Amino acid sequence: MSTAELPKRHYLNANYNVWSWLLTTDHKRIAILYMISLTFFFFVGGVAAILFRLELMTPQGDLVISETYNRLFTLHGVVMVFFFLIPSIPAVLGNFLLPMMIGARDLAFPKLNLLSWYLFMAGGLLAIAAIIGGGVDTGWTFYTPYSTTYANSQVMAMALGIFVAGFSSILTGLNFIVTTHTMRAPGMTWFRMPLFVWGQYATSIIFVLGTPVLAITLALIALERGLGIGIFDPRLGGDPLLFQHLFWFYSHPAVYIMVLPTMAVISEIVPCFARKRIFGYRFVAFSSVAIAVLSFLVWGHHMFVSGQSLYAGLVFSFFSMLVAVPSAIKVFNWTATLYKGSISLDTPMLYALGFIGLFTIGGLTGVFLATTAIDVHVHDTYFIVAHFHYIMVGGAVMGYLGGIHFWWPKMTGRMYPEMWGRVSAVIIFIGFNLTFFPQFILGYLGMPRRYHVYAEEFQVLNVMSSAGASILGFGYLIPLVYLLWSLKYGRIAGPNPWGAKGLEWMTPSPPPTFNFDETPIVTEEAYAYPPLSDEPLPDDFLSDVPVADEQREPLRS
Amino acid sequence: MSTANTHVAHHYDDAEQQFDAARLGMWIFLATEVMFFGGMFTGYTTCRFMYPAAFAEGSSHMQLLAGTLNTAVLLLSSLTMALAVRSVQVNRPAVAVRLLMVTLVLGFVFLGIKGYEYATKFAEHHVPGAAFSLGEAHNPAVNPQHVELFFAFYFLLTGFHALHMLIGVTIVAIVAVQTWRGQFSSAYFTPLEITGLYWHFVDIVWVFLFPLLYLIH
Ligand code: HEM
Ligand SMILES: [Cu+2]
Repeated sequence: MSTAELPKRHYLNANYNVWSWLLTTDHKRIAILYMISLTFFFFVGGVAAILFRLELMTPQGDLVISETYNRLFTLHGVVMVFFFLIPSIPAVLGNFLLPMMIGARDLAFPKLNLLSWYLFMAGGLLAIAAIIGGGVDTGWTFYTPYSTTYANSQVMAMALGIFVAGFSSILTGLNFIVTTHTMRAPGMTWFRMPLFVWGQYATSIIFVLGTPVLAITLALIALERGLGIGIFDPRLGGDPLLFQHLFWFYSHPAVYIMVLPTMAVISEIVPCFARKRIFGYRFVAFSSVAIAVLSFLVWGHHMFVSGQSLYAGLVFSFFSMLVAVPSAIKVFNWTATLYKGSISLDTPMLYALGFIGLFTIGGLTGVFLATTAIDVHVHDTYFIVAHFHYIMVGGAVMGYLGGIHFWWPKMTGRMYPEMWGRVSAVIIFIGFNLTFFPQFILGYLGMPRRYHVYAEEFQVLNVMSSAGASILGFGYLIPLVYLLWSLKYGRIAGPNPWGAKGLEWMTPSPPPTFNFDETPIVTEEAYAYPPLSDEPLPDDFLSDVPVADEQREPLRS
Repeated sequence: MSTANTHVAHHYDDAEQQFDAARLGMWIFLATEVMFFGGMFTGYTTCRFMYPAAFAEGSSHMQLLAGTLNTAVLLLSSLTMALAVRSVQVNRPAVAVRLLMVTLVLGFVFLGIKGYEYATKFAEHHVPGAAFSLGEAHNPAVNPQHVELFFAFYFLLTGFHALHMLIGVTIVAIVAVQTWRGQFSSAYFTPLEITGLYWHFVDIVWVFLFPLLYLIH
């Protein structure tokens, strides 16, 4: 391995000056821009969370006043949802990998891709400035009439920020759909595409069909505030429930924007580290599309106690349970892929296994919530908070980190330190569960969300949760340190350190600017790992030794 | 390199792939537009359902003649747009330029009539806000506040539509100049084609707005 070297020319060293980054149209560089920005936003949202978890250590409001507390959870929710989780995997890993996985030189519209990053940054910075500088305390859901009549006027600036960033989502989704349809390499049929691409495709459907509805909802809020047009104002004959319908019509699908791309990452990691073909390829592929479609039919489950009609509640309850079916199909298929696989527990796999377990808990509690009678009891309690954090943090953030570790060698050409990777994955898992499991109990016992003063008897569980949050926060810092360290000192990875299948592994790491020296021709299906019995594996298989170039299966075998 | 190939960006294999991508991209963009207007239509439908009489009253204050005229103007402009694309496809750019000019003029006529309608509404105090007054109601039983809601939707929907028209005439003007400079031929006319798609879309939105706002009493 001493002979290993980075390729001489690749996308990172093609050009060095600042403008070559800020005006780049290379999808890989844009992915890196997104990665840096998202890390920043994640940090901002995280600081807010640490602050309010500190406040919640005691039942009294002794660290911050209610006003500040409300601003903190608004900051946290808005930043984490709109400026971290929604773009996370599509904008970083999707941007970087989607063209490579289908054998294209770039996305279909590289300039729109760059524009999407600028829109995202403009929107994000504006929203943060509005919340921190002006103070917005509506929560990430900005329900009317609070947001239109009573909250302070910075709501407009925040809404504008989210509105602008929405167009970045739309452009990303549009780009992905068009690229998948028109840019596939010869031989790359729909059913040979990696499941990652299917997942991004399904997510993109939600991006393009859902985000415009958020845009018009935000525009209406702004008009309502500015001109008092009255559509959501009952005093003028408007209907505040209409706002909730429009908001959740986008925001429920948006939760699947967060989890579908994660599922897509898991579908890549599991076969690679189990050395097996994915079980039920078509089921996994179509379940992504099924989730995307069904996700548009369930929004009313956020409104069971809002006064919507009983029949609407029943229908939404039914569809919500239905959406659990394709989600479960995926879990079963990953599990079946693991069965009798040759499993190695490297960092990406640890994250993937963590995802499967935590997503299952999050998804099953979702089914509890979809049962109207239970929801009446736990609506707007910490039970809800625990439910969605199991999916969004236990699921989506874990999947994001898993994916970052899995493709880190491809993006940078170097390996991260495996031992540290495993340690931090375990710390994150423990910290996560300690933070959020007590919240299920708190919510079930009746502690409402979004208050900073609570009854004495809830203190023990709250202290547990805050303790967990500090472990979790610490866990997130470790990768930040060693990933940066590895940029200079990490071992040279070589083109395919995991012995994985897929076109992205056929090109040097880091890849050249146009990804492939020659357009690849695809002749086999995805995940064509050889049947296990034919391949005697060395003991230390994969864990430490990068597979040398010659040992790789040639694409055209 | 042949003339067609000079338009192919580096990451495409050939002109056909690039054309397909651009056209699909436009269709998807139009899908997002459908959802954008869909949100407003949903709001309109909800409120109309709550206050049918007030909304009928609101409709009766529309200027039917102006609306009908505008419908005709837009439909005609869609025809000239389609013919312009067709002319370039059969390599008659000079005809195409003239047709695009007609499209442009029709677009401005539409906006002019719309502006006239808005001005009348201002004069009649039909703009929602502090100065709103219904004046003489055809149906005295309705709550003027609910009629105001109708007018809010009227300005919202037609306002966003007019904004799309403004963007539309700008783009049509640009492609008209490009056509006049001879940039398009049967080998390459992607910008013209997708401008056409956009124009027809804006037209279709109006085809929905017209009956919803002017015709249902
Ligand atoms: C397996 C299917 C799922 C079902 C049946 C389900 C069901 C529900 C229900 C009924 C609620 C409303 C509870 C209430 O407010 O009283 C809810 C809230 C929520 N769910 Fe899920 N869920 C599922 C999956 C997900 C996923 C995948 C995510 C995120 C990636 C997610 C994120 C959320 C969020 C963010 C909220 C709370 C929003 C808020 O009020 O702030 N859910 N879920
Ligand atoms: Cu939901």
